[in-house]
Amino acid sequence: MKIGVFVCHCGENISSTVDCLRVADLCKSYSGVEYSVDYKYMCSDPGQKLIKEAIHKYDLDAIVVGSCSPHMHERTFRNAAVSAGINPFMVEIANLREHCSWVHDEIEASTRKAIELMRMAIEKVKRDKPLTKINVPVTKRVLVIGGGIAGIQAALDTANAGYEVVLVEKEPSIGGHMSQLSETFPTLDCSQCILTPRMVEVHQHPRIKLMTYSEVERVEGFIGNFKVTIRKKARHINEENCSGCGLCITKCPIKKKAYNSFEEDLAFRPAVYVPFPQAIPNIPVIDETVCTYYKTGKCGMCLKVCDREAIDFGQKDTIHVADVGAIIVATGYKLYNIEKKSEDSIYKGYGEYGYGKYRDILDGLQFERIASASGPTSGEIKRPSDGRVPKKLAFIQCVGSRDDSKGISYCSKICCMYTAKQAMLYRHKVHDGEAYIFYMDIRAGGKMYEEFVRRAIEEDKVKYIRGRVSRIYEENGKYIVKGEDTIAGMPVEIDADMVVLATAMIPQDDAGSLARKIGIPYDKYGFFNEAHPKLRPVESTTAGIFLAGACQSPKDIPESVSMASAAASKAIILFANDTLEREPVVAKVNEDICAGCFYCMKVCPFGAVEVKDVKDMNGIVYKEVAYINQGVCQGCGTCTATCLSKSIELAGFNNEEIFAEIAAL
Amino acid sequence: MRYGYFPGCSLTSSAKEYDISLRKVTDKLGITFEEINDWSCCGATSAHVTNHKLSAALAMRNIMLAGQQGLDNIIAPCAACYNRLIISQNEVKNHSGIRKETEDLLSVKFEKDLKIINILELFLKSGLNKITEKRKRELSGVKAACYYGCLLVRPAAITKFDDAEQPESMEKIVEATGAYAVDWNYKTECCGAAHSISRRDIVIDLSKKIIDDAIAHGANVLVVACPMCHTNLDMRQRAMKRKYPEHKNFPVLYLTELIGLSLGMDEKDLGIDLHYSNFKYADTLMNNSAKG
Amino acid sequence: MTSDILKDAKKLQTSFIPSGNFKESFKEKEHDKNISIQIHERSVEDEITERTFQDVSLCYQCGKCSAGCPVRYYMDIAPNKVVRLIQLGYYEEALNSDTPWLCAGCLACSVRCPKEFDLARFMDAVREIALEKGVEIKQVNILKFHNAFLDQIKNHGRSYEAGLVADYKMKTLDLFQDVDSAPGMFLKGKLILLPHNIKNRKEIKRIFKKTSGKN
Repeated sequence: MKIGVFVCHCGENISSTVDCLRVADLCKSYSGVEYSVDYKYMCSDPGQKLIKEAIHKYDLDAIVVGSCSPHMHERTFRNAAVSAGINPFMVEIANLREHCSWVHDEIEASTRKAIELMRMAIEKVKRDKPLTKINVPVTKRVLVIGGGIAGIQAALDTANAGYEVVLVEKEPSIGGHMSQLSETFPTLDCSQCILTPRMVEVHQHPRIKLMTYSEVERVEGFIGNFKVTIRKKARHINEENCSGCGLCITKCPIKKKAYNSFEEDLAFRPAVYVPFPQAIPNIPVIDETVCTYYKTGKCGMCLKVCDREAIDFGQKDTIHVADVGAIIVATGYKLYNIEKKSEDSIYKGYGEYGYGKYRDILDGLQFERIASASGPTSGEIKRPSDGRVPKKLAFIQCVGSRDDSKGISYCSKICCMYTAKQAMLYRHKVHDGEAYIFYMDIRAGGKMYEEFVRRAIEEDKVKYIRGRVSRIYEENGKYIVKGEDTIAGMPVEIDADMVVLATAMIPQDDAGSLARKIGIPYDKYGFFNEAHPKLRPVESTTAGIFLAGACQSPKDIPESVSMASAAASKAIILFANDTLEREPVVAKVNEDICAGCFYCMKVCPFGAVEVKDVKDMNGIVYKEVAYINQGVCQGCGTCTATCLSKSIELAGFNNEEIFAEIAAL
Repeated sequence: MRYGYFPGCSLTSSAKEYDISLRKVTDKLGITFEEINDWSCCGATSAHVTNHKLSAALAMRNIMLAGQQGLDNIIAPCAACYNRLIISQNEVKNHSGIRKETEDLLSVKFEKDLKIINILELFLKSGLNKITEKRKRELSGVKAACYYGCLLVRPAAITKFDDAEQPESMEKIVEATGAYAVDWNYKTECCGAAHSISRRDIVIDLSKKIIDDAIAHGANVLVVACPMCHTNLDMRQRAMKRKYPEHKNFPVLYLTELIGLSLGMDEKDLGIDLHYSNFKYADTLMNNSAKG
Repeated sequence: MTSDILKDAKKLQTSFIPSGNFKESFKEKEHDKNISIQIHERSVEDEITERTFQDVSLCYQCGKCSAGCPVRYYMDIAPNKVVRLIQLGYYEEALNSDTPWLCAGCLACSVRCPKEFDLARFMDAVREIALEKGVEIKQVNILKFHNAFLDQIKNHGRSYEAGLVADYKMKTLDLFQDVDSAPGMFLKGKLILLPHNIKNRKEIKRIFKKTSGKN
């Protein structure tokens, strides 16, 4: 075997602490090394040309490049090798930068370490075998989980590109939190006016299969080949027959038993309901927990008034299976509430703000409903307790957010903007009202955002007070808000008629369990993790599963929409080929020596290990062995390290190769 | 159960009635305890605001004595003593430096923690039904504002007892006596505490606010569990009246006195006549009960 | 750490100093070697961290402590500002402030701090350091009260209130305060006239002696 060695200076990044010339010279003396050279920028065009020419000139079989981390330029050097006729897996990278020059400052010692690193790579490359990429088929259909603005955008983009979409939403209607908002910052346009056309488009799209009031139960398979099980919860309404006339809703005698969650519990709804008038689909749901029929077997008013025989009390949940090639997760967020939490919760409530006992202390979404023309007060700002118009309103930012003692260290990002907007809306609606905003910092990074906040201050005369509020309590129908103006260095007490808390955005309650079902990692709060915080922000670490919107971290509408379009385009890129090329760095089981203990199955983080029957000549199963699905395997090597019988080898990192590396030290 | 008793300095003089009523009531309820021999001051505010090592050593001396006496818990009826004992023990437990210094000072090794119990925990532990069963006097006209002050429930991470912001345990005890507990805002607002003598002006303002809030929420008596709070809220009312002429005497009872009243004990036996607000409790509160 | 840079910045920027009096009174004292504050090799910030087991940089100046402080209205500067002064290296101003002395130790700040910074404990350390460095305490009566109280414990093992009041009055020469309550206390038998001495006063004396030196 003829090996070529190429030592890169990386400008001065490596050469300032490693004597590259000496490294290259010494490598010439190792057995198998045909050619060795150093160069200032090996990744540059001339650098790559140098490699290619050397391969041709010295008829090299394999190369070792001493350079930066393989994360950076492994692909570059592999491509250079391929274009000169060498298998890409006959290229080894010795990391002389991150592992050596950047972390040491003594030239002699780091040069010796660099030499060791090179020798390890040379010993490994001697044992490397050419590998070929794996091809797997692709099902060109996408599953979108969540029908908020992110899910809607992702579904529309994918469908408009020509692919089928299954859109699953757990609520009876799509629309998500955006459908609850009054007006949106920084333009103050009506949220529903811009959202509902999109919702209708989803409904009418020939390639989107909409499944509302449904939840994902199970996800199996791998990129390009997922099998998804979906539970469609019983609406107790026959969707085919229902015309959406709403007669059942108006006639339902249950009036004040169930809180209307779309109105953030500020109003009641009947037992049979659609969440809001523009709901998509416009088909009601019967809430078994409050419906008299399910309790006593009597009533049945809806059944009597429906002339289309759409009421179906006996309807059961149904299970549906869909084959998809990619999954876009867009499950969104919920708001932290200040109520007292159970002991084991990572969150703590705000006892100092009354643990939610005061009716006129609202959260951001509740205020949106009060400010919304379609809300419970028809857009008039009124106190829920007595219906009076509040003349003094206090807004408090960072409730939950940036509060380690309550369990959340992060900034919820959108509250500064929506609080400014809400204060503005209040001042527009109640001209003689005073609005105070308690804040810690104003974070208004975004197009026209800072201008918007200034407008609230300069034109709408909203008073910003820098300081956290220590306590709120009720006194004579007013809410005493005790704060400190840390800029003036003066204590502040405001007797507000209403208080709006900008509570933190947190993941949905079932975010963790969904993540475990579909096999994607999440952080300690339950936000889904992206594959790389900068360069792969819309991909999960599981191939073929993409993320959109606030399920990944707090986001506003434009960001959610951008992320959704990006996730859709990732799916579309995946669908551009009929088969999928995968790196051949996957684990393989030697069936002859596999003992069938299946420890590998337990430790595999990707669920790539399956049970395979081994049959004799007569077709009779005589043992079970592990089988690794090459489409799912991510080449992490956990199974290899766990295997007791040493029967699993990771291609490109087999035992022989690794031991040779260690022995070379 | 064998309880260790740490009365604290106040209960031997200015808060004598707290000690008297506590002994009377616990006796009636069948709770017995054993006073720590030769106990000394816990160090109170003055030690920890000026010299932390002194503060830790003074508090830990008593915990040491209780341990040597074979006790595994200490009842500290004074909220300030309770707070000093529990915080000092926690500090000694978690910081080896302070532990070593304190151990060297007292020539002792702290091996096991003693459970430090406040007055509310004592009654909750021994069973509220005992109070209810032995009730003799009708107190339904008593509308009590339960005042926890600062040191009973803070810091919640160490006291591990009730909620620091919306505590409810004293209300439970008050309700067991048959009295009514009002919901109010100043349950845990500070009365000025140790500034009682040196900055009386502050104490008068803060205590006035507490009493006013109790009145605004319909209370006809304040119930406290701390001698310092009682001094500020009760004794300072005379000075309060000078600064705020509209101020009217408002009764302030120790929790143990209220329990004693419900158990049918005599005001004088409970030491209630030692209060400054000169209030005839039996006359007013009980009459209200009869009427209401 | 950053304090060198800040010291330079301080020369240029005087507007930050909380109040003119502060600066003036400190300047006077600087001439008097006996009571001038010495910034040792260890900064006050480091000392506080060492004594309280918490890093002063935790505080992000939200002001929630000041917002809920019951004695805030009587303080010269807000409690959060005392932390700020320490963070920036304005130690003299912090140690000269009334605020730590007015702190009643009610712990409202500590239980509500979003960063779980125990401000009451921080204030203990600031007072301790101010005393050790010989800073003139402006809240004289508060300090005199604490000293009178500790003297009682030192001598008797327990606080002896009649003695405490008498001692405090001698220390402050404020003979007329409390005239309304003290006689009442005697009459009601609440102020005992003779101190109760605990047996092992030796041990108490030793504790006082051994802890009285500089920390």
